[in-house]
Amino acid sequence: MDSIHGTATLLSNFVFPNDLHVHWSIMIALYPYITGIVAGAFIVSSLYHVFGIQALKPISRFSLLFALAFLACATLPLLLHLGRPERNTNIMLTPNPSSAMAGFGYIYTLYGILLLLEVLFIYRPTLVALKAQSQGMMEKLYTLLTFGSDNLSPESLELDRKIISFLAGIGVPMACVLHGYVGFIFGGIKANPTWATPLMPVIFLLSACVSGISGIILIYVLIRVIRKKPVDIQCVRTCLSYLAGFFIIDFVFEMLEIFSHSYLQTAHYHMVDLLLSGPLYNSFWLGQVWIFSVVPLLILGWLCLGKVSDLAIKIAGPLVSFMLLIQVVLMRWNVVIGGQLISKSDRGFTEFHPEWLHKEGILPAIILICAPLVILYILSKIFPFWFEEEQA
Amino acid sequence: MKIKENSLKNHDRRTFIKKVLKGTISGSLLLVIPAGADVGKPEVGNGPMKGKQFVFIVDVTRCIGCGSCCVADKREYQVPDGYYRTWVERYIKDIDDEVFVDSPNGGVDGYQEPRTDLKRPVRDTFFIPKLCNMCQKPSCVQVCPVGATFRSPDGFVLIDHERCVGCAYCIQACPYSVRFLHPVSKTAGKCTWCYHRVRKGLLPVCVEVCPVKARKFGDMNDKSSEVYKLLSGPGVITVLKKEMGNKPSLFYKDARREVV
Repeated sequence: MDSIHGTATLLSNFVFPNDLHVHWSIMIALYPYITGIVAGAFIVSSLYHVFGIQALKPISRFSLLFALAFLACATLPLLLHLGRPERNTNIMLTPNPSSAMAGFGYIYTLYGILLLLEVLFIYRPTLVALKAQSQGMMEKLYTLLTFGSDNLSPESLELDRKIISFLAGIGVPMACVLHGYVGFIFGGIKANPTWATPLMPVIFLLSACVSGISGIILIYVLIRVIRKKPVDIQCVRTCLSYLAGFFIIDFVFEMLEIFSHSYLQTAHYHMVDLLLSGPLYNSFWLGQVWIFSVVPLLILGWLCLGKVSDLAIKIAGPLVSFMLLIQVVLMRWNVVIGGQLISKSDRGFTEFHPEWLHKEGILPAIILICAPLVILYILSKIFPFWFEEEQA
Repeated sequence: MKIKENSLKNHDRRTFIKKVLKGTISGSLLLVIPAGADVGKPEVGNGPMKGKQFVFIVDVTRCIGCGSCCVADKREYQVPDGYYRTWVERYIKDIDDEVFVDSPNGGVDGYQEPRTDLKRPVRDTFFIPKLCNMCQKPSCVQVCPVGATFRSPDGFVLIDHERCVGCAYCIQACPYSVRFLHPVSKTAGKCTWCYHRVRKGLLPVCVEVCPVKARKFGDMNDKSSEVYKLLSGPGVITVLKKEMGNKPSLFYKDARREVV
């Protein structure tokens, strides 16, 4: 009976000739992943700086630098993706106001300035102390970073505090805009049935928080263990509670989107259904949903609700964070690349075969995901994460 | 008094220098910053474009799937293999109303052999030529981040290859998949309805070469034109993916409901 209604069927797997190419590949999956970590890490620091969650104090500075390190690399996937990267400044010189993408240059730059200023103001007393201890190049660098001001009087510190509160305060909505808008880049494409949903910015924002908090927990515990320093378990427990909260909402929205498709069964449903049960079965149902969502949810439930020893937190905390980082990678992959596998003919799927050495290939992607960690290491030499503790 | 005069003079000089500096800086900024592509609006003037509203009609009942249009287009624009400004699809309906579609090599070689992989008797076959829909509300123009894709005052959706950054957002946004990333220029490419020919009063090259007049092009404001007569006549005329709301200027005469 279906055929009487002219429903497109998959009998001939017909893909529009121009749809054989997957134009947005690994780099465009990586780009929202990196900006998501930036937004998420910033929100962790804001939980202390704006919302006064004292338990998060040990990582409040670290998470800001973590965000900064990833922000420094956020444009690289885009530059690798562009056909004409040398023209990248056009996006700021001749922005098209109706394009969701055109805001990127401005939002990204403003956010970068805000993040840098916040780091400099929060670190000012530390930088002044470091300046007194250092010589030569480092002294000059610290003079530059403190804008030549050594004034640590109570009035001056009070002014700093006000500025920090203001920056952190406007930083929260800006982090939401930075990542919500990335979601809208996809959500605003009506031609793609898997992207065109108002839920897309919400899902992107929530998964950003999940990846940011997970990244902070994982790297924090790793650094402390490698440096043979004690891990602040109360801080990790608090982080895990927030992670659980954000992830539950994130996962509910991700599933709501799929549920809406299968309940409403609109014209494109047969394609979405066949996509998820066919080419995306492993990366979506098996990977994103079962192994890397349901299992972490169970572990998080145990960690947050059960009576769990400190050692278990120290081991299971980073583990569940790592799993959720993978979950978000899979989610980006399934949305960005999975969404493009459906041909706009509604009659077939194209295929995507990632390459290793192509400029948008797997190897550059691995290098790109490691680059922020190298930057974080360099940043730690200038901005010590735990200065007071090291001094004591 | 003298001091006052002097300070006045100085003030004037300062104002003058300030103004010169401001003028120079803003003037040179205008030279440095490239404006959006539609700033230099094409001259409509008294040329062949004045007061015209061009539409394209594909008469599905006429197309024989010879591929002449695709060959002519490929030659006109040196389109690389594997990329298509225009293509022809073959639709086959079997006795159980199952639809089979294919378009090997975009139909550029024509459909010289029947399909042999169908199990049941064939009820109906037809060809569907595809090209840019020249939407009145084009998604590609809406999403282009740098204003490289624009709609000209005479209704053509065009690409400025000097501005395009090759982000492929327009390719994602086009509901009809008529766009591709040109492998050599690394910028977006698509059918232009042969804008360079139309501006000289010629027909698009695919219309010119079609041996059966399946492709029709003309001015809706010319009441004697064939396109006007077809669109205002009693025949069944549809557009592709009407639900997208893009308002295409490409129409199909007698296309069956299976056509996507």
